[in-house]
Amino acid sequence: MTYKRVAAASVAALMVASPVMADLVFPSLSYRTGPFAAGGIPYADGFADYMTLLNERDGGVGGVKLQVPECETAYNTEKGVECYEATKGQGALAYNPLSTGITYQLIPKATADDIPLYTPGYGRTSAANGNVFSHVFNFPANYWNGASAAVNHILDLNGGDLKGKKVILLHFNGAYGKEPIPTLTALGEKHGFDFSTVPVDYPGQEQKSQWLQIRREKPDYVLFWGWGVMNQVAVQEAANIRFPMENFIGVWWSGAEHDVKPAGDAATGYKAVAFHGVGNDYPVFGDINKYVVEAGKAAGDGSNVGTVIYNRGVYAAMMLAEAAKKAQEIHGVADITSGQMRDGLEQLEITNARMAELGMEGFGPEFKVSCANHGGPGTAAIQQWDAASGKWSLISDFGPSDMDVIQPLITADSEAYAAENNIEPQCK
Amino acid sequence: MFYREAGDFKTSYKDDNQTFPIRLDRAGYWVALAVAFLIVPFMVNDYWVNAIFAPFFIYAIAALGLNILTGYAGQVSLGTGGFMAVGAYACYKLMVAFPEVNIVFHVLISGGITAVVGVAFGLPSLRIKGFYLAVATLASQFFLVWLFNKVPWFYNYSASGQINAPERSVFGVVVTGPHTEAWAKYLICLIFLVALAWIARNLTRGMMGRKWMGIRDMDIAAEIIGVNPLMAKMTAFAASSFFVGVAGALFFSVYLGAAEAGESFGITKSFLILFMIIIGGLGSIFGSFAGAAFMVLMPVLLKNVLVGMMGWPTDLAAHLEFMIVGGLIVFFLIVEPHGLAQLWRLTKDKLRLWPFPH
Repeated sequence: MTYKRVAAASVAALMVASPVMADLVFPSLSYRTGPFAAGGIPYADGFADYMTLLNERDGGVGGVKLQVPECETAYNTEKGVECYEATKGQGALAYNPLSTGITYQLIPKATADDIPLYTPGYGRTSAANGNVFSHVFNFPANYWNGASAAVNHILDLNGGDLKGKKVILLHFNGAYGKEPIPTLTALGEKHGFDFSTVPVDYPGQEQKSQWLQIRREKPDYVLFWGWGVMNQVAVQEAANIRFPMENFIGVWWSGAEHDVKPAGDAATGYKAVAFHGVGNDYPVFGDINKYVVEAGKAAGDGSNVGTVIYNRGVYAAMMLAEAAKKAQEIHGVADITSGQMRDGLEQLEITNARMAELGMEGFGPEFKVSCANHGGPGTAAIQQWDAASGKWSLISDFGPSDMDVIQPLITADSEAYAAENNIEPQCK
Repeated sequence: MFYREAGDFKTSYKDDNQTFPIRLDRAGYWVALAVAFLIVPFMVNDYWVNAIFAPFFIYAIAALGLNILTGYAGQVSLGTGGFMAVGAYACYKLMVAFPEVNIVFHVLISGGITAVVGVAFGLPSLRIKGFYLAVATLASQFFLVWLFNKVPWFYNYSASGQINAPERSVFGVVVTGPHTEAWAKYLICLIFLVALAWIARNLTRGMMGRKWMGIRDMDIAAEIIGVNPLMAKMTAFAASSFFVGVAGALFFSVYLGAAEAGESFGITKSFLILFMIIIGGLGSIFGSFAGAAFMVLMPVLLKNVLVGMMGWPTDLAAHLEFMIVGGLIVFFLIVEPHGLAQLWRLTKDKLRLWPFPH
């Protein structure tokens, strides 16, 4: 019983210590511990550093400072729920939990609490249908776009004919890894390749049996949906069985520097799908170095600036900041609420001119969110690793994905959700 | 002087055998119940329920279940997570298939289904004991999680293999889904916990419980005095799995609202609940509560103190949390290997005599 009393005292103290401030609050449900910390740390750093940059350089958004309270989830859904409840009272405007499992958990809760969820490149793919998922946004690209982009790349390599080819999906055996299966199955039927899956259980530090299976089945291509410690193990195992690296294609969560470096030279040629630019040749990173890292205000040690996942954190923070700005314009108030933030996300428009102003010219696509389409354009490119130079480089342009296959799947999955939960379409 | 027992006479066997033989304990029990049912529901908010009460109550139910099997009947089990998954998936299928039926029945039927599955996996316990049984139940853990990942029927063919709890109500009060009020979520968990704890207490002090304890202490001797080991072990597996199944069903439908087999019901969950009963005290109802409270509340408390009050970085706090909780577990087990329940028992004996040591 004493635990409870002390807990009560401490929670009460917490509530008193952080009253609702007139700031724009974007809680970061991060994970800097656990088997997925390798990806969680740079993402959380990028997200926080961009917000700090806006505070330091521009004085926030529309004159209001940004605040990023962090809460550690360790990629665990129970801790994710606790973090959500703990931070939502601070006036949270939007959540970006970087975990598909936690996203699934939060979709109904956040919708009921009128707080938007922004899940770029992860989460529930069918949330792209804004008609059903009023509070979830996953622009500019989702898993199914990624799966289609990978297949498009294989099509390009084979002159558009995949008949009789064998493609294996090596995936994390959880919500995240299972998402692309329906799309890849449909694409397999369309293009006539033989598709099968090989699951890797949490946390994926041991993949000997999976790679033995891959060696036995001799696939032409291996697609990979992995995250955290699982990625570097897979790349190493692929190198061990001498699988041709250029036929091994990861999704954007399996294509960061820390995933390929442990395998050394053997990782050269490994590919990954990307929905934004790579490297640090964008002016925004100069600003981050100047205003945030050198000023000693960085969330991490500053060594991650310009790495793939860090950049994605910056990109996500940029979108939220832009949406907050949009919401301020629409509603004519500087101090927006989470409901107004949702409107800002729904009417967000990213133009190339705006990207250039932000110092991110060419970093991501131009697009406009609408009530029905929360998924953005879904364009993606392929990036390839070169161990000698230690750099990822884009080897294709940002191309469209096969929406003929994806759109019916999005409609079917979202409508099943709408039927299960009695959701009325929100768009007129 | 803390306990005033003068004049507290027992004049019948019934009085002597009651759960709380000391008057002050009895009063404390009724006060705790009154506070829990009549005062707390009016004060809780979302954070308290979702971060503290709901997980504590549900883990306490699971710990009670495992304690019946491991603490009372002496059958080591590492399959708790898998059995919770059975409860959760059964509840999901029932909720979706029979939306008009009251959720309380779904939860109870899920417990029943889990009991059947538990008995099936308990059959090897007739032949194997101790560590070997632990390995057999470990196999059930992996098999069940694999099954729920592998067969799409269990998750209604959803794209990601996630199950989502639709909105259901009890007498017009919504208890699952996002529109659940904090007090409703609190009360439904509390009612299940109190009812199941009452059943567990009465099962374990009756004939059934004595048979289980006989099997635990020395199975051959128990058999000689007429305990049927088949029946004793199977009933222990059934009762335990029923509790664990109810916990799994509540865990999914009321507490989380969405779950997937590998993440929510993995081997770590089995260990977590096993640690709860070891730290709380094997073969003790109070121990199940104390263990669940320790394992659920301690991390939340530490996090709030380190991050919320002291402003430490979240990763440092998270790592430190592991070290502190781990250290406390070691400390408690060195000081009192029989768990928090035994610690409380000794404290109570001292308090009853205090301030006169003899």
